[in-house]
Amino acid sequence: MGEFKVHRVRFFNYVPPGIRCVAYNNQSNRLAVSRTDGTVEIYNLSANYFQEKFFPGHESRATEALCWAEGQRLFSAGLNGEILEYDLQALNVKYALDAFGGPIWSMTASPSGSQLLVGCEDGSVKLFQITPDKIQFERNFDRQKSRILSLSWHPSATHIAAGSIDYISVFDVKSGSAIRKMIVDRQYMGVSKRKCIVWGVAFLSDGTVISVDSAGKVQFWDSATGTLVKSHLIANADVQSIAVADQEDSFVVGTAEGTIFHFQLVSVTSNSSEKQWVRTKPFQHHTHDVRAVAHSPTALISGGTDTHLVIRPLMEKVEVKNYDAALRKITFPHRCLISCSKKKQLLLFQFAHHLELWRLGSTVATGKNGDTLPLSKNADHLLHLKTKGPENIICSCISPCGSWIAYSTVSRVFLYRLNYEHDNISLKRVSKMPAFLRSALQILFSEDSKKLFVASNQGSLHIFQLLEGSFKHLHTFQPQSGTVEAMCLLAVSSDGNWLAASGTSAGVHVYNVKHLKLHCTVPAYNFPVTALAIAPITNNLVIAHSDQQVFEYSIPEKQYTEWSRNIQKQGFHHLWLQRDTPITHISFHPKRPMHILLHDAYMFCIIDKSLPLPNDKTLLYNPLPPTNESDVFRRRTAHAFKISKIYKPLLFMDLLDERTLVAVERPLDDIIAQLPPPIKKKKFGT
Amino acid sequence: MAALEEEFTLSAVALGAGPDGVLGVEPSDKTDQFLVTDSSRTVILYKVSDQKPLGSWSVKQGQIITCPAVCNFQTGEYIVVHDNKVLRIWNNEDVNLDKVFKATLSAEVYRIHSIQGTEPVVQFKEGAVRGLEALLAEPQQKIETVISDEEVIKWTKFFMVFRHPALIFITEKHGSYFAYVQMFNSQNLSKYTLSLGKEEKCITPNFTAYVDRKFISLMSISSDGCIYESLIPVYPSDTEKNQRVVRSQLLKAVVSGSSRTGVALTVLDQDHIAVLGPPVPASKDCLSIWNIKFQTLQTSKELPQGSSGQLWYYGENLFMLHGKVLTVIPYKCEVSSLAGALGKLKHSQDPGTHTIPHFVNWETSQGYGLGSQNSEPSRRILRRKKVEVSSQPEVPASEQLLSIIKKDSEKHIEVELRKFLAVKWTPDFHTLVGDIVSGLLGRCKAEPSFYPRNCLMQLIQTHTLSYSLCPGLMEIALEKTDVQMLQLCLQQFPDIPESVTCACLKLFLSIGDDSLQEININMESVFDYSDTKQDEKMEEQTEILQNGFNPENGNCGNCNQEVNEKPQNAMEETASCPVTPKRAALFRNAILHSAYSEIFLLPHLKDIPAQHTTLFLQYLYFLYLKCSENATMTLPGIHPPTLSQIMDWICLLLDANFTVVVMIPEAKRLLINLYKFVKSQICVYSELNKIEVSFRELQKLNQEKNNRGLYSIEVLELF
Repeated sequence: MGEFKVHRVRFFNYVPPGIRCVAYNNQSNRLAVSRTDGTVEIYNLSANYFQEKFFPGHESRATEALCWAEGQRLFSAGLNGEILEYDLQALNVKYALDAFGGPIWSMTASPSGSQLLVGCEDGSVKLFQITPDKIQFERNFDRQKSRILSLSWHPSATHIAAGSIDYISVFDVKSGSAIRKMIVDRQYMGVSKRKCIVWGVAFLSDGTVISVDSAGKVQFWDSATGTLVKSHLIANADVQSIAVADQEDSFVVGTAEGTIFHFQLVSVTSNSSEKQWVRTKPFQHHTHDVRAVAHSPTALISGGTDTHLVIRPLMEKVEVKNYDAALRKITFPHRCLISCSKKKQLLLFQFAHHLELWRLGSTVATGKNGDTLPLSKNADHLLHLKTKGPENIICSCISPCGSWIAYSTVSRVFLYRLNYEHDNISLKRVSKMPAFLRSALQILFSEDSKKLFVASNQGSLHIFQLLEGSFKHLHTFQPQSGTVEAMCLLAVSSDGNWLAASGTSAGVHVYNVKHLKLHCTVPAYNFPVTALAIAPITNNLVIAHSDQQVFEYSIPEKQYTEWSRNIQKQGFHHLWLQRDTPITHISFHPKRPMHILLHDAYMFCIIDKSLPLPNDKTLLYNPLPPTNESDVFRRRTAHAFKISKIYKPLLFMDLLDERTLVAVERPLDDIIAQLPPPIKKKKFGT
Repeated sequence: MAALEEEFTLSAVALGAGPDGVLGVEPSDKTDQFLVTDSSRTVILYKVSDQKPLGSWSVKQGQIITCPAVCNFQTGEYIVVHDNKVLRIWNNEDVNLDKVFKATLSAEVYRIHSIQGTEPVVQFKEGAVRGLEALLAEPQQKIETVISDEEVIKWTKFFMVFRHPALIFITEKHGSYFAYVQMFNSQNLSKYTLSLGKEEKCITPNFTAYVDRKFISLMSISSDGCIYESLIPVYPSDTEKNQRVVRSQLLKAVVSGSSRTGVALTVLDQDHIAVLGPPVPASKDCLSIWNIKFQTLQTSKELPQGSSGQLWYYGENLFMLHGKVLTVIPYKCEVSSLAGALGKLKHSQDPGTHTIPHFVNWETSQGYGLGSQNSEPSRRILRRKKVEVSSQPEVPASEQLLSIIKKDSEKHIEVELRKFLAVKWTPDFHTLVGDIVSGLLGRCKAEPSFYPRNCLMQLIQTHTLSYSLCPGLMEIALEKTDVQMLQLCLQQFPDIPESVTCACLKLFLSIGDDSLQEININMESVFDYSDTKQDEKMEEQTEILQNGFNPENGNCGNCNQEVNEKPQNAMEETASCPVTPKRAALFRNAILHSAYSEIFLLPHLKDIPAQHTTLFLQYLYFLYLKCSENATMTLPGIHPPTLSQIMDWICLLLDANFTVVVMIPEAKRLLINLYKFVKSQICVYSELNKIEVSFRELQKLNQEKNNRGLYSIEVLELF
């Protein structure tokens, strides 16, 4: 297969923001996750937990609450006092509405989904009516002394429970008055703490209110009498989150020690109908605070400061042993944050509020497999480009020639021209971006760096011609009439004639750039596209989907290639299909048209289409064969998938030239080192 | 107690634009969804819990719905009749009633009846009744006249009697009322004359009925405000036509007699009826729930905006017009009992409405997990089904067994138990076995002579019991000095308290060798050695110790010397065991492997007599010597105790009884040996500590090699 020099890069100092809220939508089996920087991500749990959409964050917008309402509408609220609704089609914020109650700490949708309740800093609970295209303030409930940190509706929507500092209130929805006040004990292991914060409440249909608080307690209250029924002390630190299953037979709580506890309603004795809540299973998948939990019908979902999203299936609810029965830990975004200029050997790293440009080092030495070569020149940090304004960067790209950088935030697209003079580098911003180009979801340069392709969030694709220091708008491909779906993935052929674009659900569209018209649409597939690329010479479009299928589609012939048909007929190797991270990048060997290079977070693979496909009996991840093995054996066991798992977690991998690869790794230890220290737990002694 | 819950309105728009208010409310095939037929032109499908309409259908201008829409429970379609003769059938997807199936009938329809479990029937104004299917097959068929000319149907109800549909309807002719009962299985129509009081000529009585075994209990509210009950036999006793039914007063002056409108009643269950109407003259309308058994008013609710005298009751919801809007009042009635009345009854949830949470049985689920690795999912489901099928008759079996345990002979119990155990692995097998054991133990306590040893052994061997599941079991075994059972318990139970472990140890140490010989003990882990010289050995040992004390060389040299003096003896000493193999088996299999916490075990160990302590120490020391014989520091046999287990026990015993052991001459030699051992260990460890520093340096070097830093260029070859 060949020998490569691999630039093994670990200086991409990316730390994913911590998870603040998660909200599960039963109807569409999707999970919304908000992070501490205000980013909101949508995971499709049916499509192999693929992160199919994201809304970029904003510095002033610390999301404190996230909820689905009225079917599939997504709302968030945060410390800037605004309620936001997200447009899941166009991938932007539909509107922001100030609740006029100071920072918002909690929000919840009514059981029918038609009303929204927010709890504010000033102690007010505000009820909003959800109208088809907006929300409308309806009324205030009785104002409380201190901030409302948690809210929960009774399933019949007649009452709500609100957790505040030191007490829980129960409101009557009709009158809006507080009918019960339940004081939470401040005592913590015998010591009176200053305050006891009720981080979460859940109202069950039998009138029980479950509360979790900063003293480490999970408490059950009878809302009819306002009395404490039962109390579980489960942690030495705060219990920060709670989520109840729809059937109300189990719930999950997350603690600041990184543990989540599963509680279940079980019969007291074998054949009695009397049931009680029992703490059944503790799980320790986190090192830091578990800020948010969710309970899907089959799994416990948790996320917190340690940035992992953990989906822990409940084995007793899983019918068949397949994908869904496996524990998932999602740490990295399912999109590419890195772009690379092959000619100049540059890497562009995208962070929330800045870009970094690095030049790779070089070596003159050679070596054999596994050697680390001495560097004749180390990697250089060339540029640190900070964005203006509070908005996060959505996407960025460096041109293959290395002299253009483009990035976009929610409100603006920026284009820079880079000039290299020996070791000096100068940067010039290209001003006067056209007014219609407000925000881009994906930016791409053509192979010859003469054209710029921008996917805007209205579903249209813009083509610009780049001249020395300026640019010209060439054409806009309007979205298909009737669709508003935003395109989030782009690929251009090396000859610059074809442009492929894919949205989150519909098929991949291929445009003819020369004739400026839609060439064809690849038949839609059930699972979202995770990566796409067009091969040089043959102009075959390679598409990777979240269910780990890879298709090859010939653009000139407008049909799937023979190889693609073959592999669909034979099926992928079962181990290939069982990988749990999506393919995020596809590239090609400039000299070997039969090779496709693709990678996910834990492996990279070169597919050699000339070799036979592996079947389920062959070894997919073949270890390096011993050198003294005869050639015959090697030929017999060789198959099309050449996989290496040396580099992980792998965020980016590309071919710089025929013999050189670049791999960007982000070791988890380096991320953990940058997180705040976790709560210390004593292991030994007393 | 009967209770009315908070009311809510179903539709914000005013209904009842027509003269009769709402024509009817009928359930649909989905729970919680109801068809409301406006008397003018509209049929609306409501979802009650959401309080919102799901669909609405209207007939054309000029047409008028004459009979409330019903749902065909067999097909899920809706049926309505407009303009008396035109039948329409549609389903949820249809939008326009004009375009749906239509059948024009030859006679005027009075009502369509549809209930769960049977096909809808169409009742014509002349009293004839047809099944829907038969009617649709030939819509224009001739409809016979059943009732006489001037009779008018006033009220009708359709229900199931012993799984057969039956229809009752009441007609009026010149102020006399007649009841007809039609049975569909026998096509039998019986007519009864209702005898009413003379006073009620002007007001149409309201009726409701329910089936009580062989009678239809027909209740009517008459103009004097009283409720009367008439019993009509379901199966007429004789064929004689036109029988009279007498009525009896059920409740007195429930509603104001003078009320012109807004009087209605409906049966809620056998004991309760709901009455709508003003309770006293000139007061507002009121919905009240009466208990007819005790003739008491259970609850009532005022309807200040008046009502239309219509009341429907389906599935815990009462529907009525309140003013101009359709109102739903959820109604719940729990079985009344004295305890309930006194507030001493716990509100138990209805098991049917809640799904029973799946109690996780880790062992079984693990088993499934392993099984499924190799088998197809479908096969797995099949297998699970099989298990469920086989376990079906078992649940009563366990109860049966429990009752057998209470009274039958030991032999019989054993046989039954074996049968029970033959079918294994229901999800609650653990708890069932626990119940059986506690049943057996309960009887043991009650009858001292009863000791079903075999049964208990069998149950322990199911690997499902734990100490906490049957705390009394080991107590009884200790009482009966049943060493074998204790051994089994110690092996099987994961959670034995330290006090019990210690009690077992005491028993094992104190039990006589001769009694041990008779008992059958599991010796699988005790390796072979000869114990022929044991007695002799012990004697010699004591001798040595007695003679051995020498202040000059009181340190470890002492015993070396002795060993040198009597090399033969020393050799034998290391090679032989101080206890019989059976006792050794008890110690090793049971005690040494059991889990414990030092803090809880120590106080109990103090209670062991000194002689026994020494014996046990000697045995442990012997094991230690055996251990050190080979390089891996392990003992032969299956599941041998590990070296650390042995050492922990030695330490514990010494900690607990040191002051006593020091005083015993027999233990002296042993202590010296142990002291020697500890000293040599300290030597070894200090040497190891020295080496560790060098190792750490090496490790550091190795780490530096692995740590590649932030950037490197490497060579990779893919094969």
